[in-house]
Amino acid sequence: MYQLKISRRRMTTGMLAAGAASLLAACGNRPGGASSAGGGATAWVLTGGPEQTFRDSFERWNTAYSERQIATEWFANDAYKEKIRTAVGAGNAPTLLYNWAGGTLADYVANEQVIDLTESTVTAQERIVPSLLDPGKIDGKVYALPNNNAQPVMLYYSKPAFEAIGAQPPTTWDELMRLVPEFTAAGYIPFAEAGSSQWPYLMWIEYLTDRIGGPEPFAKIVAGEPDAWSDPAITGALEKIQELVRAGGFGDSYGSVDADSGADIALIHTGKAAMILQGSWVYANFLTDAPDFMSAGNLGYMDFPSVAGGTGDLTNIVGNPANYWSISASGSQEVQQIAIDYLNEELYNEDYIEALVAGGTIPAALDADAAIAASEHAEYLAYGYDMVKNAGSFTQSWDQALSSAAAQELLTNLSQIFLLQIDPEQFVTNMNATL
Amino acid sequence: MTNPIARRPAAGRVRKSGGRGVGAGPSAWYAAPALVFFGFFALVPLIGVFVLSFMNWDGLGELSLAGAGNWTRMLGNATTQHAIVLTLIMTVMCWVIQTPISLLLGVFMAGQQRYRAVLAVLYFLPLLFSATAVGIAFTALLDPNFGMSRAFGLDFLSRDFLGNPSLALPTIMVVIAWCFVPFHSLLYQGAARQIPASIYEAAMIDGASRVQNFFYITLPQLRNTIITSSTLMITGSLTYFDLIFVMTAGGPGNATRVLPLDMYLTGFRSYNMGGASVIGVILVVVGLLIAWLLNHVSGSSKMESDMEGAL
Repeated sequence: MYQLKISRRRMTTGMLAAGAASLLAACGNRPGGASSAGGGATAWVLTGGPEQTFRDSFERWNTAYSERQIATEWFANDAYKEKIRTAVGAGNAPTLLYNWAGGTLADYVANEQVIDLTESTVTAQERIVPSLLDPGKIDGKVYALPNNNAQPVMLYYSKPAFEAIGAQPPTTWDELMRLVPEFTAAGYIPFAEAGSSQWPYLMWIEYLTDRIGGPEPFAKIVAGEPDAWSDPAITGALEKIQELVRAGGFGDSYGSVDADSGADIALIHTGKAAMILQGSWVYANFLTDAPDFMSAGNLGYMDFPSVAGGTGDLTNIVGNPANYWSISASGSQEVQQIAIDYLNEELYNEDYIEALVAGGTIPAALDADAAIAASEHAEYLAYGYDMVKNAGSFTQSWDQALSSAAAQELLTNLSQIFLLQIDPEQFVTNMNATL
Repeated sequence: MTNPIARRPAAGRVRKSGGRGVGAGPSAWYAAPALVFFGFFALVPLIGVFVLSFMNWDGLGELSLAGAGNWTRMLGNATTQHAIVLTLIMTVMCWVIQTPISLLLGVFMAGQQRYRAVLAVLYFLPLLFSATAVGIAFTALLDPNFGMSRAFGLDFLSRDFLGNPSLALPTIMVVIAWCFVPFHSLLYQGAARQIPASIYEAAMIDGASRVQNFFYITLPQLRNTIITSSTLMITGSLTYFDLIFVMTAGGPGNATRVLPLDMYLTGFRSYNMGGASVIGVILVVVGLLIAWLLNHVSGSSKMESDMEGAL
């Protein structure tokens, strides 16, 4: 309690200071333009999620270095995604560039809009889980560093639903398929699936492909090898998805369930559905949407089941490794150096990790065990943290890893697979055309 | 048409005996502010889009010339072809659904009885809501798991209206009709009240029934309003975007990806600005063509004749 009070007071003064600093920086910026020397470093940050972690961190930096301020601007997710690309294209990007790594980062690198961080941020890199660094690398060089929580996808389940039919959570695909008719007969939707949002469909193909053929098939796709989508692991995953759909695994109205409004997790905590495949962030959503369900300990979680005959390592995970900081090439050397020093000093230091854990999210840092053990949600966070740390590979969400055009095509074709409008062969043909 | 304005310069000339200045009356310069705005905000972007349709641009790097590449690629693209078909279906179906309902409602509400005024207020309510609000509300109401089917125990409504590819487009067309029927009814109500009562009185003396009144007097007298309303409806349905974006975002699959949505998704999700510009140009051309065609076929030059005959 006492600690909390202090940090809140510090937060307020810090926020005032940061606000004043950003005003000053903005005024100072005007005459010379955003990229002029001495304009001060800037950062565009997202609201929501681990927002407080970022606010605290910039406040610490700006209090400690009054001569080397970083001015922040805050955006909502969707508004930001459409603004940042225009800003980067116009050479008006902020110094610290919040991004999702993957395909968009590759575009930035190809246009020389972000700088190489391989040598300059070694100190920060040493504090980060290595598999989470990978998405920020292009051609072996580091262009982006994780800046918040790791977001692996897990299989969540409702303990009361399993008790109702007297079954155990599935560890193999065959067990999973056998549960489908049992849950349906008992009046449950076996899997809650937010089809209206489309991206939750990705988690199925990502995990099934990995369990059947490991991370290599998708790596080939990212590398743009001709006919890479024709890999038997992809076709196998698509066939399994359609088997599950035909068996009624998602019920009959998954096409209009929306993840952004929490309708998919509502199916779980209102007792209508038994399981859900989702990113680790839904744990925090469950906490806010269904506190009673959570305090009763009704939510279970586990790794994605194995697939008979599959070669993928069971420790492999998929999801969003994290969000990332890159440094814009449009700023002056001096401003870039401020950003580099900020990353080396602040990223995943003790306070940073503590703030992430306090928000119920899994830090992307190597040394977070103590902070997690002290947390209210220690059991869940430790499970997710070990999952990330011990992962054989961490495949980035396919829509983030691919170019924007290919990602759109993937989402459309995949939803047609789920709606049984096209068969796996057509999917493969359509997707090969994007390579 | 321009009689009152045209008369004034003549009067001025008489008073000031041909002097220039204010007395000389309106000159073409009076239109300059409007023309500048129109040029800057309508023509310049239009030309920009046309030029961009021959370029490759992902919003980040340099523009490069694509020649006719974007055009052949977009027109050969199955998704865009599908979007064109959907847009045509929607244009026709929206007209077919909305016109009879608006016409009947408008004529009904043109009557003088007091209770009709109360009903009219109810009918016009949907006009007051923004498309986004309507979209969110209907999405919630139609939700098969938590929507009104569950709330009121109406099992026949428990269908996956927005998640089923064959139901999604018809559902959206019904919601669009809900939004726009009030506006068109308002047009018809206004026009029906303009029909001189003497015509109906004459018909009554001749012993015409109500149905005959409707088909032989009301409908022909509303001819111009029907054309106006149809033009608005058809060109409007080429641009339906907000409601569909909120309700399905083009899904499930491609089931509701009409041309304006296809343009948005191509431009701002796939970052293919050239391709999106091609769709933009197609929409402009088709819209202008339909508007021109409707005006031409309906003989807009003879617009006033009906009313003058009546008077």
